Amino acid sequence: MKFALSPEQTAFAASLDDLLSTVDGKLWRRLADLGVTGLGVPEHHGGLGADVPDLMVAFEALGFHCVPGAWTDTVAVLPALLDDPILGSVASGEARASVAFGPHVPYALDADLADIRIMVDGSRLRSFTPGDQLSSIDSSRRLFEIVPGADIGPARDAGRAFDLGVLATAAQLLGAGRWLLDTSVAYAGQRRQYGREIGKYQAVKHLLADVVTALELARPLLYGAAVTLSRQDVSAAKVACGNAALLAARTGLQVHGAIGYTAEHPLGARLLRVRALASAWGTAEVHRRRILAAVAP
Amino acid sequence: MDLDLDAATTAFRDEARAWLAEHVPTTPLPSFDTAEGFAAHREWEAKLTDARWSAVSWPAEFGGRDASLLEWVLFEEEYYAAGAPLRVNQNGLFMLAPTLFSHGTEEQLHRILPKMARAEEVWAQAWSEPEAGSDIAALRSTASKVDGGWVLNGQKTWSSRAAFADRAFGLFRSDPAAERHRGLTYLMADLRADGVTVRPIPQLDGEPGFAEIFFDDVFVPDADVIGAPGEGWRVAMTTANNERGLSLRSPGRFLAAADRLLSLWSSAGRPEHAAARVADAWIDARAYQLYTFGTLTRLADGAELGPESSVNKLFWSHLDVELHETALDLLGPDAELRGPWSGGWLFSLAGPIYGGTDQIQRTIVAERLLGLPRGDR
Repeated sequence: MKFALSPEQTAFAASLDDLLSTVDGKLWRRLADLGVTGLGVPEHHGGLGADVPDLMVAFEALGFHCVPGAWTDTVAVLPALLDDPILGSVASGEARASVAFGPHVPYALDADLADIRIMVDGSRLRSFTPGDQLSSIDSSRRLFEIVPGADIGPARDAGRAFDLGVLATAAQLLGAGRWLLDTSVAYAGQRRQYGREIGKYQAVKHLLADVVTALELARPLLYGAAVTLSRQDVSAAKVACGNAALLAARTGLQVHGAIGYTAEHPLGARLLRVRALASAWGTAEVHRRRILAAVAP
Repeated sequence: MDLDLDAATTAFRDEARAWLAEHVPTTPLPSFDTAEGFAAHREWEAKLTDARWSAVSWPAEFGGRDASLLEWVLFEEEYYAAGAPLRVNQNGLFMLAPTLFSHGTEEQLHRILPKMARAEEVWAQAWSEPEAGSDIAALRSTASKVDGGWVLNGQKTWSSRAAFADRAFGLFRSDPAAERHRGLTYLMADLRADGVTVRPIPQLDGEPGFAEIFFDDVFVPDADVIGAPGEGWRVAMTTANNERGLSLRSPGRFLAAADRLLSLWSSAGRPEHAAARVADAWIDARAYQLYTFGTLTRLADGAELGPESSVNKLFWSHLDVELHETALDLLGPDAELRGPWSGGWLFSLAGPIYGGTDQIQRTIVAERLLGLPRGDR
């Protein structure tokens, strides 16, 4: 047993972090060049055929840096739905997907920009066209109603595709939670009230200690699920990463005070992203039910 | 990254499972905090030792199996899944023994460990004092140097197992001029020695799980000092990290409890009102198991257990209380009756207190893991 990131995975995370710290307008292209868009694509379609933990490393970084776009749909979910040469253009970064998935993913992200639009209907795949655009509390999430189209055949593995969508979402939640914690710890060490740094007060310390505890115990569930891909582990990862990120968001806002409540401070973007992702790809309630169905005698 | 067990580890786990299935008492032993239960637990420990399951991670020369930490964790999973008795000598096995392996002499190891494994000598811990709880450095009990040894005076309290135990270990102030963490010495004492008075203290369940220990000119030979005199704080930190960290709370106990909770929920007709909390108990136990596997990997790579042992303790102590409260809510009016769930709940309530309260742990996490500035306590 070796339950830790490999040196290669750690180096991959670091290079993603470097890239995403210097955002420019060609992010999709740059991430494709780094191999991110090919992670889930099998080698015979020109991808990397990477392991699920590698995917998690990438999605944690995307969450940490609050990167917008249909990454979950394109990189994690689509390759499990299709076995088609079009995956080659996904891997190369030329094609993007937008996926709606049964009752838990009813709206399609960036559907108007997508080259591949698929809705999963049980074990079948259908095309769809974008309907009305909806307004998410996270303004970077451009959601669309879906207008179902023609049946385009069976899904390669709808169950696995859903679980990968869940895990990619959980990983982004964990990454966003980590950013919220780091940023709040840094702020608590600088902001002074009543003559000293607010991070010296136990009331503030203890809030942040609870956040790091929640995040540290959620991470092994995420990577454990990436290794086992058992239904209960996948759902546990979503519940725990969602709850830890929500705690990090609420605590982060509390530690920042009024500045965190402004649209100009970067905290708000993460807070809204976390709230949006917490109920995307299955709410905590949905996932708890999946767990009980799998493990209760 | 993987969670695979190699063939030798799997064989070890299977051997443990088979032995436990055959030997675990079918009716639970009485509480080890009663005279009758204490004796019954000593017998169980002797049986474990005869089959070399008492201290699997110890070297074979002391009755162990040279098991890796991973094997120890798997043994614990099997142990609790089998419903085997709590360990009457856990103070010795999981706190004193690791300290001896780090700081003890060969003579001490050979004299103490075999009797500890068999529970021929059961150990009490003697940390807290009336004025020194989480703030253990405030302790006042003294050790004065005399020819060939030390003379102990003072009072220890909340000493688990001391009512029936044979010996105790703890810190004593050996340099009266020194303050706080300095001038302390780590000593072992015989609870039957002249000058020792043990006053049992009933715990919430009514049984004397605690005791006060009064030392009145009690002689302890030099051979019962662990590490150098005056170095007691540093020596004790080994023990503290073991209590707060990996050793005392393996995931096995929580995994077994979560499984029993799932069965309880199912047999109660899977009530909606408790579904989320039952699921959360399973999630938390699984999280703690996987977190521990991650810790084992880091330790095997040469890392040391640092302030994350406080993260660990905060998490399991919370999980344990929540899990048992959920079980009691499922039992309805039967929750108040004495039984395994109400007993487990009482046991869980001590978790956020001993070995440093949750509040102390949060401060440690905030300052040493997150790097927040030190402030007033």
